[in-house]
Amino acid sequence: MFERVAIVGAGYTPFRSVSPEVSYREMIFEAAVKAYNDAGVGPNDISTFVSITEDYIEGTAIADEYVPDQLGAVLKPVQTVTADGITGIASLVMQLQTEQLDLAVIEGHSKASNIDYPAHIDAFALDPLYARPLGFHPHFVAGMEMRSFLDETGNTEQQAALVAAVNRHNALSNPLAAFPAALTVDDIMGSRPEAEPLKRGDIANPADGAVVFVLARESLLSRIGGQPVFINGIGWSQDTPNIEERDLHRAKYIEQAAERAYRMAGIGSPVSEIDFAEVDDTYSYKQLQHLEALGLAGPGESGRLLRDGLFSPTGDLPVNVSGGNLGCGHTYDMSGLRSVLEVVLQLRGQAGERQIAGVKTGLAQSWRGIPTATGGVAVLGVE
Amino acid sequence: MPYKNKVAILGAGLTKFMRRALETPKELAFEAAKTALDDAGMTIDDIDCVVSVTAPEAFDGVHMNGEYFADGAGAWGKPYMRTYVGGGSGVFGLVSGWYHIASGQFDTCLVVAEEKMSPALPHPQGAFNAIYDQFTERPLGVNLLWIFSLEMNRYMQTYGVPMETFARVAQKNKRNGLDHPSAQLGVAGDFEIEDIMASEIMSWPVQRLMVSPISDGGGAMVLASERFARRMSKPPVWIEGVGWNLDTSFWTNRDLYYPRYVEKAARMAYEMAGITNPKTDIHVAEPYDPFAYKELHHLEGLMLADKGQAPRLLEEGFWDRDTEHGIPASPSGGLLGVGNPIAAAGMMKCAEIYWQLQGEAGPRQVKREVRRGVAQAWGDLMQVGTVVVMGK
Repeated sequence: MFERVAIVGAGYTPFRSVSPEVSYREMIFEAAVKAYNDAGVGPNDISTFVSITEDYIEGTAIADEYVPDQLGAVLKPVQTVTADGITGIASLVMQLQTEQLDLAVIEGHSKASNIDYPAHIDAFALDPLYARPLGFHPHFVAGMEMRSFLDETGNTEQQAALVAAVNRHNALSNPLAAFPAALTVDDIMGSRPEAEPLKRGDIANPADGAVVFVLARESLLSRIGGQPVFINGIGWSQDTPNIEERDLHRAKYIEQAAERAYRMAGIGSPVSEIDFAEVDDTYSYKQLQHLEALGLAGPGESGRLLRDGLFSPTGDLPVNVSGGNLGCGHTYDMSGLRSVLEVVLQLRGQAGERQIAGVKTGLAQSWRGIPTATGGVAVLGVE
Repeated sequence: MPYKNKVAILGAGLTKFMRRALETPKELAFEAAKTALDDAGMTIDDIDCVVSVTAPEAFDGVHMNGEYFADGAGAWGKPYMRTYVGGGSGVFGLVSGWYHIASGQFDTCLVVAEEKMSPALPHPQGAFNAIYDQFTERPLGVNLLWIFSLEMNRYMQTYGVPMETFARVAQKNKRNGLDHPSAQLGVAGDFEIEDIMASEIMSWPVQRLMVSPISDGGGAMVLASERFARRMSKPPVWIEGVGWNLDTSFWTNRDLYYPRYVEKAARMAYEMAGITNPKTDIHVAEPYDPFAYKELHHLEGLMLADKGQAPRLLEEGFWDRDTEHGIPASPSGGLLGVGNPIAAAGMMKCAEIYWQLQGEAGPRQVKREVRRGVAQAWGDLMQVGTVVVMGK
């Protein structure tokens, strides 16, 4: 078997729609300093670093060039993982399990406010020969997927709108969140149509921010301070990159990633063993689709369970208490780290006003966004 | 310290390197992956996880490029990770595959490198402008050749190396490349020193025949755990050590005469492999040679030559493929002789060490006995070193 890995330090900036006062390097610096202080270690103690970046989002080719200095990683092993934050954490878990490296750091940031036309960037992710020449807006892919998901599972547009209303409302209790709002289902339903049945209110708005974690092997914890949160299970997977070949209603990538994470964590019945979850909701329907893929709701039942209050902050299985991407803002590949951050804060009892009482096991899940079918799942616990 | 779960290499495959491939990135990845699996006597169903590497996305012109060619790399429905350190990515792919298996989580891993530079029009050097700092450097309109001319000049001046020596590196590698089936048309060749010295000056002192070309291509290797590898009929080659290291972004503040990040990466790999004296413990080397001076620069960083001594050893034939007592360097032909589809070129270097150790390099097989070899790549803003030590 392999050794467990724990998150021993967490540093973060607030998530904001714009951040003209700081550069992305300054945001990373802020998060890194906080993470090192939280873990009670310095950058010289770290043996490996991962940076979560994608060139087109950064506006820089080979974006990891500009990572080492503000992270304290000069002349150290540093690599980019071009994936969602949870897949990046998986990379570090594996690196530490080789037992060649002791302490690890992961960095994720978003300077989404620098991107003038995010849809133009997303369009570059479409297949250059088959999909891109059609000239459709990337939200169109999400609209197709939403239509297929609602039709196949029997969930409704109103239930998807409820996801957005609930998450934006949850964000009111999260001082880190960029887009808290008291909205009703009718507000969401009445918002501007984007790609039928997808409406403006169903879509997370981009935000800026940075998150840094320090990770350590379990056998080293006696030497480090801080409050460790164990990564008991982690999985990542992907479906075909070709949109036209997928079962659009299913999030197969999450079914596969969850299967791996649950097996590693020894979880047989996720509904009873997971206390709360942070689930990707970049589009409102995605939260429902991901909950069903995670086995936290039966096929076609996620919308009804949401309406019945199961996933509310006071329900049996709170989901996106942080506000999710709809409430905190969509921070691209950093979103996975933002989800993990909320789970870490909750498990440590540091979530302030939104703290859920007595939680021991939490789940974080991520998705890379349109047009991908890639994501990760992490099961975290204090035991 | 030797690592816990040993990692074996079971097979390698390359596409032909070309200036302008008709294949899409997906197809290049597929061809490389299929060739490597065939070489290992395996199918995609035997593979537990997939790692891909490719350099800047601006070449392919595809955002989230790793996702785009994932199916070509055989990653459908498997844990799949694209890792990346600019030009060092090719060798880093093996580092990444190494930790997938050395962690104990997977038994087999397919590592796929793909690079298609030709979609960047009118020339990929334009895409390279986007690697510079957007405020202080990009407005100057710089491309890659300019900073490498600075670095080459610094190396030349520090040790008083004449231009003919660099031409000799290009001559050696371009001749070696004649025996490589993947070599790009017109890149390998039997050139006289005078031909190379007379080639066009790109950015003094860098000359056209001392620079590797723009290329498209793919490469792949199959890695496995010891448990899995022992079941195969062919004895494997083992990954004995890996290292990687990134220097500061502020390249203007460094002394460019010596790649200290390569040394740091090499020390990490050597320590893992239990190598105390690389000059005697390493028997064949594939240093990264996108420019002629870089091969010498990197051989010093790898500590296979003392600082400033690589040019002298070159003149003595120490790095030649048929050396009896030296260390053959770039017996494949390297980037100067085979081509430079960036990530795939690094994979080609790893594959060459694998074939040399297996005795399967055909006409490129070095004369001396080899039990251990090193492959190295370099990238980002003259900033990253990636090193893999393999042994029998």
